[in-house]
Amino acid sequence: MTERGEVLLRATDVVKHFPVAGSPWRRGARQVVHAVDGVSLEVRRGQTLGIVGESGCGKSTLGRCLVRLTDLTSGRVELAGQDITTLSRRRLRPVRRDIQLVFQDPYSSLNPRRRVGEMVAEGMEVAGERSGRQISARVAELFELVGLSADHVDRYPHEFSGGQRQRVGIARALAVDPQLIVADEPVSALDVSIQAQVLNLFADLQDELGLTYVFIAHDLGVVRHVSDRIAVMYLGEVVEVADADDLYEAPAHPYTEALLSAAPEIDDGVTAIAPERIVLVGDVPNPVNKPMGCPFHPRCPHVQAKCTVERPPLREVAPGRSAACHFPLVAVAGRPAAP
Amino acid sequence: MTATADRKASEDSPAAPTPIPLAAVVTSPGPWGTALRQIRRNRSAMASLVVFFLILVVCLLAPFYASSIAHTDPFASNVAGTTVIGGQTVPVLAPSTTGLGLGVTPIGPTWDLTHYFLGSDGQGRDVMARLLYGGRNSLLIGFSAALLCCLLAGIIGVLAGYFGGVVDGVLSRLLDVVWAFPVYLLAISLSVVLLTSGVRIGPISIGAGSLWLPVLIIGIVYVPYVARPIRGQVMALKEKEFVAAAIGVGSSDLRIMRRDVVPNVAPTVVVFLPLMTALSMLTESALSFLSVGVQPPQASWGTIINDGLDLLYTRPAVTLAPGIAIALTAVVLNLFGDGVREALDPRARLRGAG
Repeated sequence: MTERGEVLLRATDVVKHFPVAGSPWRRGARQVVHAVDGVSLEVRRGQTLGIVGESGCGKSTLGRCLVRLTDLTSGRVELAGQDITTLSRRRLRPVRRDIQLVFQDPYSSLNPRRRVGEMVAEGMEVAGERSGRQISARVAELFELVGLSADHVDRYPHEFSGGQRQRVGIARALAVDPQLIVADEPVSALDVSIQAQVLNLFADLQDELGLTYVFIAHDLGVVRHVSDRIAVMYLGEVVEVADADDLYEAPAHPYTEALLSAAPEIDDGVTAIAPERIVLVGDVPNPVNKPMGCPFHPRCPHVQAKCTVERPPLREVAPGRSAACHFPLVAVAGRPAAP
Repeated sequence: MTATADRKASEDSPAAPTPIPLAAVVTSPGPWGTALRQIRRNRSAMASLVVFFLILVVCLLAPFYASSIAHTDPFASNVAGTTVIGGQTVPVLAPSTTGLGLGVTPIGPTWDLTHYFLGSDGQGRDVMARLLYGGRNSLLIGFSAALLCCLLAGIIGVLAGYFGGVVDGVLSRLLDVVWAFPVYLLAISLSVVLLTSGVRIGPISIGAGSLWLPVLIIGIVYVPYVARPIRGQVMALKEKEFVAAAIGVGSSDLRIMRRDVVPNVAPTVVVFLPLMTALSMLTESALSFLSVGVQPPQASWGTIINDGLDLLYTRPAVTLAPGIAIALTAVVLNLFGDGVREALDPRARLRGAG
């Protein structure tokens, strides 16, 4: 599962701040929302990295930063070794085709006034490498590939169900032959039965086309099934990164532990989830005024004095897994849990 | 979401899409086709459209009516002329018999299409013929002004909404300046200034007294009222994920505006068009009534009302006829516009429901 290929996407210290109620006339010390606050990630070719976290933890913003749909406040994003952080829109255009986004909302993601085939063809038309005839042939092929019929191309989005629309969205992403697909909660808007079909489609496409995924979700069950590695986000920061199975078996960060205990139990005979449920107290702190020290300390069941003053860096707690915690729940090999 | 999401490629996955019940329909009606079908079913809208076309056709036939039926020149005064009523030759203008006996009383409606159907105005001109010529001008100005207004507003609204920032700032302030004046005050001031001098905008030159002057003035005065809603709609559209997807595959701004933004605001513009035509026509009539719109010897419904003002007590038909024409046209245009709005319902469509 975790064959170590080359790193396809590397994000280093990605920061995205949004000014609150900014005005073009007044610049200065405005309040900012720390949507993404120093995230570093690696995705290897052919792998799937799952990103989980509560609503508002910055997952989607991170996804948009990775595909450069928003500009970063600071940090770096590299695709196959090329720094794409500061490329202009024109220079970015060839890179765009390597990274595609699949969106959360199958309704908002398709233009109600265009035929679905047109939308799938758009990327190829912009690229200008294929003739009109080749494009139509390829669109039909893509429709078949994502499990739609080729004679659906002339229909309008309102003639499709949510799951079918999501397939159109996937076909649109695949049309430009991307290497990496960032899927931003691609199934959370779908019925559970449809979710399974779409997830299977993602898996099949990965096998067939050798795609690399960044899979964003708030549903741990979904993420577990598709991911090789999982990054857990809290308040704009990655608090734990580990191989999927390791993470589910023994979470290292108290937040991951709480998340897992809150997920409905999956009785597949493999998972050993802590039987007692950890109920977190309080709300997620306001990302405008993040707490001092560890961002999770106000809600952490294992909080200690150090956590309130010193911000724990993301560090390796065991081979192949990192956590941002002063007192990780997984014993650090070769060094004491609390330094 | 649970264990059903097995990673194995189950056989039901690629073939999963449930066939759409409409599978028999080969070509799907687009959003425009659906709207067209809907408005065809709307009786009041279709009836309004028919009435409007009748008015339009009759007005377009004005030259034919004047030369071949009424045999009159509606632009030349005919103070000493005579006409035939019931076999008798009578003067078009008779000395006034009421009050102090000053002035003249033109003949009233004869209800004879060949001889002063609606009577004569104070200068002995055939009111019916002038009504038709006036209608031609009123409708032409109303429609052209609405078209110009929607076009300018569409361009400004799309640019301001799409680019935001400085572009939006400049364009929105520009609209605010126009908006800050009451419509009629601005229109009258512009007319007073421009009517005497004419306008030169680059290669386009509009002479004083030209019909295109009211078109230009009315078109510009209403731009903010149309541009604002369009700007807002474009701003909302820009946040839609399909725009992000288009950026994601590398589309240029121009392409996104053309393919994703304009088709989605076009229904709004189309809804505005008949309503703005009615409004522009009313404004034109008001300006002409105040003699800062269509200039003599040209006629418009507004100028005819003005002509009839002196005869209001003796020959009300001169004022009533264009008044009724204006009201009727405005009503049918508004009814039709409502039908268009219902059929297109851009709001419901934008919510993504269909």
